[in-house]
Amino acid sequence: MAVTTYIEAIRQGLWEEMVRDPNVFVLGEDVAVYGGAFKVTRGFLDRFGEERVIDTPLSESAIVGASIGAALVGMRPVAEMQFADFISCAFDQITNFAAKCRYRWGASVPLVIRGPSGGGIHGGPFHSQNPEMYFVHTPGLKVVAPSTAYDAKGLIKSAIRDEDPVIYFEHKYLYRRIKEELPDDEFLVPIGKADIKRKGKDISVITYGAMVHNALEAAKVLAQDGIDLEVVDLRTLVPLDKTTVLESVKKTSKVILLHEDVRTGGFAGELAAIITEETFEYLDGPVMRITAPDTPVPFSPPLEEFFLPKTSDIIRVARHLAIY
Amino acid sequence: MPANVIMPQMGESIFEGTITKWLKKLGDQVERDEALFEISTDKVDSEIPAPTSGVLSEIRFQVGETVEINTVVAIIDDGDGAVDTTNSVDAEEQGSLVNEGEVSHLQRSKSELCKNRLPPRSSPLVKRMAREEEVDLGNVEGTGLGGRITKQDMLNYLSERDKIVEVARPLVQQAQQGLVPPIISSGDDEVVPMSAMRKTIADHMTASRRTSAHVTTVFEVNMTPIVAFKKKLTDEFVRREGFKLSFMPFFIKGVVDSLKGFPVMNASLRGNNIIYRKEINVGIAVAMEEGLIVPVIRRAHEKGFMSLARAAVDLTNRARQKKLSPDEVQGGTFTITNPGVFGSLLGTPIINQPQVAILCIGAIAKRPVVIEDAVVIRSMAYLSLTFDHRLIDGALADYFMSSLKNKLEGWSDAIY
Repeated sequence: MAVTTYIEAIRQGLWEEMVRDPNVFVLGEDVAVYGGAFKVTRGFLDRFGEERVIDTPLSESAIVGASIGAALVGMRPVAEMQFADFISCAFDQITNFAAKCRYRWGASVPLVIRGPSGGGIHGGPFHSQNPEMYFVHTPGLKVVAPSTAYDAKGLIKSAIRDEDPVIYFEHKYLYRRIKEELPDDEFLVPIGKADIKRKGKDISVITYGAMVHNALEAAKVLAQDGIDLEVVDLRTLVPLDKTTVLESVKKTSKVILLHEDVRTGGFAGELAAIITEETFEYLDGPVMRITAPDTPVPFSPPLEEFFLPKTSDIIRVARHLAIY
Repeated sequence: MPANVIMPQMGESIFEGTITKWLKKLGDQVERDEALFEISTDKVDSEIPAPTSGVLSEIRFQVGETVEINTVVAIIDDGDGAVDTTNSVDAEEQGSLVNEGEVSHLQRSKSELCKNRLPPRSSPLVKRMAREEEVDLGNVEGTGLGGRITKQDMLNYLSERDKIVEVARPLVQQAQQGLVPPIISSGDDEVVPMSAMRKTIADHMTASRRTSAHVTTVFEVNMTPIVAFKKKLTDEFVRREGFKLSFMPFFIKGVVDSLKGFPVMNASLRGNNIIYRKEINVGIAVAMEEGLIVPVIRRAHEKGFMSLARAAVDLTNRARQKKLSPDEVQGGTFTITNPGVFGSLLGTPIINQPQVAILCIGAIAKRPVVIEDAVVIRSMAYLSLTFDHRLIDGALADYFMSSLKNKLEGWSDAIY
């Protein structure tokens, strides 16, 4: 058991998989000599050599295109987008090729695309986005977004072992702020399985990524008022663990859907629809969303602070729901 | 085209009725609006008219059967042979038209019900719980925003209800286990099923005993001025109004005037809340051969003595003729019962839920009484008040009774 940061957990997971399986390799901008913009792959070049740790040109389309080709011939590429914001340059490769190979020919594309995402680090509009919904919307892709070191490590390992393309969103704000003791023995976190981070009986907060921690913070404050939050960490957006979500809603009858992504077309809207369709007669109040507003992520620190959903927002909405 | 005869909804809280008599036989010709059968419900007994003219071609339920509202109980065929048409598509179309007509009729009556009573605000969850647990949401107190009934309100209500069931269960078990002595029947005994009305009365009486903390207080009232007044007016009343003046309107008037000063006697308890009723709706117990019914004089606080007298006679007469509408036996806020007419000296009645008090009038009789150290003869009556001690303490009940006594003993022609 050693205290491990979120980013170190990702590094360990990648490392272990590369040791385990010679077909696993990493590629991306500055991942080799420089060790990656956030140093996730520091030391990989020395250990695994330049055939398995590849610096690429500044072309996300090329990175993903090459990865798909390698995956189709039996390799297991892990492509790093330096910032998840840049993934839009590879959009066609991901949504039209990677996502559709299984459907068109039954071809397996065991590809992982890592996307360092999210705000709170004063990165501005091109280095802070949460672009998960483009890929949630595209059938044929799996989308994961871990919130803890344990989940980060367990999910990167499961993503690499998956036979289909997985978009792995790792939250930059959590990289060095979140740490925990990890088991010494190998472990996996299954894709498609949500995790209840805090059991509660009054209100379900369904969230993922960095917002899990805001929800847990809000739960501590609200507990003093006698409001008992249950925090459901989706961990995987696609395929969604509907069972865990709906069981929680059935138990508490009140729901807050929380994400850092912008509001319109966000995952909260999809969850709200599923919840009302499948558990309408268990609801004791309106399904509430807490999200970022529909704007780019501001660069100005006070504006960014305003933009991001906050613990105080969760407390306010939860109090309203509690008396509803 | 055959028309369906359905079990009507005879009041908003009534969901079934028992057929007590078929007034027509299978194959009889009936006219539209002619009485077809009689039913008995929780509240009233009624004759149900035929919805259309024709031949009674089918009777689906026999006397004694209890039928949910809106169930088809019979079919009247008007004999135009529309169903026998060789063009089956046409027949289907006509059939669907009939159904549409019925649906719109049901929808209309439903929306009329909604107008009368807005459903309490709740949530999908609460509505489902109410349906599954057979709870009338009108009985649940809402503590959410804008009085919304929340899940917690519902859980509280159900746990309270379960407690009552828990209390009642041992009694039921005792009865089942034979701790209540068995009835040893000789072969000659007659066993008759209880009527719907009898069952309702039985349920209401035991439920009231379980619900309220019954206490009775007794006052003696000098009725001499009222007896004299009534005697003086008897002939004039018959001539002018067509009915004989009874003592009842005097008591109603006295009660209504006293209630104005004691609003808590005109209240109800719901959960931990006291509901002070703005209207004074006085119920009068009317004994009939089949059982007891309590028609209600609505808005009695707005009526004068003459109006009260007319209303009391009208309701009593129509009760005996079974011509009360369901609304006329609901919504009472205080009840008066008068077993004195049968010779009872004083009674300890059971409260008519969800009210909190009931006045019982004993027989009016001449008795020797002491007034200013002299034994004199006066027309006296014992009035007893049973009240719910959960809400009303003895002193308050006695203040109320003193007020009533003073009003009756100080009766003056001016009130009339």
